[in-house]
Amino acid sequence: MSTDAVDKGKRRFLTLATTVVGAVGAGFVAVPFLASWMPSERAKNAGAPVEVDISKLEEGRMLTVEWQSKPVWIIKRSAKTLSDLKTMDDQLRDPDSENVDQQPPYAQNETRSRKPETLVLVGICTHLGCSPTYRPDIAPADLGADWNGGFFCPCHSSRFDMAGRVYTGVPAPTNLVVPPHYYVSENAILVGQDGGAA
Amino acid sequence: MGKSLLNWIDDRFPLTKMWNEHLAEYYAPKNFNFWYFFGSLALMVLVIQIISGIFLVMHYKPDGATAFASVEYIMRDVPYGWLIRYIHSTGATAFFIVVYLHMLRGLMYGSYKKPRELIWLFGMFIYLALMAEAFMGYLLPWGQMSYWGAQVIISLFGAIPVIGDDLTLWIRGDFVISDATLNRFFSLHVIALPLVLLFLVVAHILALHEVGSNNPDGVEIKKNKDPVTHIPLDGIPFHPYYTVKDIVGVVVFLFFFAAVMFYFPDGGGYFLEHANFIASDPLKTPEHIAPVWYFTPFYAILRAVPDKLMGVGAMGAAIVLLFFMPWIDRCKVKSVRYRSGIYKANLGMFVVSFVVLGWLAMQPVTSTITLMSQIFSVLYFSFFIVLFITSKNEATKPVPDRVTQ
Repeated sequence: MSTDAVDKGKRRFLTLATTVVGAVGAGFVAVPFLASWMPSERAKNAGAPVEVDISKLEEGRMLTVEWQSKPVWIIKRSAKTLSDLKTMDDQLRDPDSENVDQQPPYAQNETRSRKPETLVLVGICTHLGCSPTYRPDIAPADLGADWNGGFFCPCHSSRFDMAGRVYTGVPAPTNLVVPPHYYVSENAILVGQDGGAA
Repeated sequence: MGKSLLNWIDDRFPLTKMWNEHLAEYYAPKNFNFWYFFGSLALMVLVIQIISGIFLVMHYKPDGATAFASVEYIMRDVPYGWLIRYIHSTGATAFFIVVYLHMLRGLMYGSYKKPRELIWLFGMFIYLALMAEAFMGYLLPWGQMSYWGAQVIISLFGAIPVIGDDLTLWIRGDFVISDATLNRFFSLHVIALPLVLLFLVVAHILALHEVGSNNPDGVEIKKNKDPVTHIPLDGIPFHPYYTVKDIVGVVVFLFFFAAVMFYFPDGGGYFLEHANFIASDPLKTPEHIAPVWYFTPFYAILRAVPDKLMGVGAMGAAIVLLFFMPWIDRCKVKSVRYRSGIYKANLGMFVVSFVVLGWLAMQPVTSTITLMSQIFSVLYFSFFIVLFITSKNEATKPVPDRVTQ
C-alpha cells in the first residue's frame, strides 16, 4: 500500500456513501414525526352516528345537529320548493348530482334525498369550509331577483339551491355533501350510517 | 479591571470583533432618511413579541376546552394580564405595519437588486414565517374568528389537486379544526416559528452587513473609499450615529404603540375582531368573516376569483411574485429618484391597489365589491408585468457618483 499518494476517488466515494446513508437515515427518522400529525386513534373513533327526531320539524324550517363535530342540516321542503328545483338546472354546475363523492347513491336523485321533502346536508361549504346561511326567502334584495331560496356562504358568496346544488360562477366547486343517513322510523333519522336496504 | 476583563473575553470569544463588525465599524451611508427606521423597529417589535409571549404562555392553556376561558382569565384575573395581552396583540399589528413599510422602502430604493438579492430573499422568508406565526397565533384565543379563519385558511390547501384532502387532514390532525389543531399550532407558534424567525433575522442582517446598506440614492458607497483608511467616504459608523437616530424612531413609535395599546386595543375591530370575543362554535360561521387587516389584500384576491383552485393559485402568486423582484426588475438604476415616470406611476399604482384590496376584503360581498376586487387584483399583478417589460430599456436619469444630502 502506497503511503504518499492519496486516493481521492476512494475518499469521494466514501464521503458520498456516508452522506447517502445518513440522508436515508434522516428520512426514516422524519417518518414518525410527520406521521404523528395524522388523526389520533381517539380522533378516528369519535364521530358516532347521531339519531335525530324530526317529528316536530315544520315545513320550511331547518334543524341543525352536530355529527363528527360538523353541522348537519335537516330541512323539510314544501311542495313548491320541490317543484322549483326542476327549474334550476341551467343555473347549476352539477344539476344531476353526477359527482358521486358528494352524496350516497340513494341521494343521487332530483331532490338529493331519501324522502323527497326531507333534505339532509353537511352544512360545510365545499369551497373553504365555512358554514353557509340558510336563506329560504324568495328574491331578497341582497341575493337578487332570481334567488329561489337556498344556501348562501357569507365567506366567499358561494350559492347553493334548496337541494344543496352549487350555482355556476361561484367559487365552490361541488354540491354540498349529503351525509350517510337512513330512517330508523317514520320520524327518526340516523345520521352517519347508510342503513340496510335503501 | 474592565479592560483586562474585556481582553480575557476577547481571547476566548470575538466580542470586540463582533461589536466592531456590526456596530462601531459598520459603515452605513450617511444619507439614510425616515424610511430607514423600520428595520430596527421590526427587530424591536420581535423582541417585544417574544417577551410578552413568554409571559402569556405562563397563563394560557392550549386546550380546546379551556383555551377561550384562559384568555378571559388573563384579561380579568391575572395581574396586568390585560396589559401583557394587549402588548402582544398590538405588537402583531405593529409588526406588520413596520414590515410593510420596510418592504416598501426596499421597493422604492431598489434594495433588492444586485448585490442584495439574498437580503431580499431572506426578508421575504421572514415575511412568510411572520404570516404563519400570526395566523397560528390568531387561532389560540379559540374564538369564532380564530376557528373559522383557521378553517378557511387550512381549507386553502384542499384546493391542491390529488393530495389536497389528505394534506388538510394532516395539518388539522382531525376531521375538523379541533383540540389537536389548537395544540400543534400552539407548539409551532411558541417554539418552531420563533426559532425560524430568529435564524432568518440573523441571516438577513449578516447578508446586509456583508454587502453593505443601500441608501435613498441607490449608489454604492463602497465605490468611493478613503485611499488611506479604506473607509467609504459617504459612510458613517452605525454606532453611535444610527443607534442614536434609531432611538428617536423608537420613541415616536412607542408613542403610537402605547396610544393603541391603552386606548384602542381592538383597533375598532380591525386588530382584534369583535366576533373573536365569542367562543368558537363549529356549527355556526359568523355572518361576516374577514381576516385580520394584514392579510386582507391577499384575501381580496382570493375572493375575486370565482374558482377554487384558480383563486388559491392567484393568492399564492401574489406573494410568490414578490420573491422574484430582483429578477423581474431588470433596470440597473436602483433608486426611484432616478427612475422613469413609468416606474413611479407603476409603483404608485401597486401601493394603491394593495391598500384598496385590503379595504375591499373587509367589506361584505356585493357584486360591486367583487367587480372592484377583480379590477384591483388585475392592477396588482400588472405591476409585475409592466415592470418586467419596461425595466429592460428604461429611460432613467443620470445617477450621481456620491450620495446627495
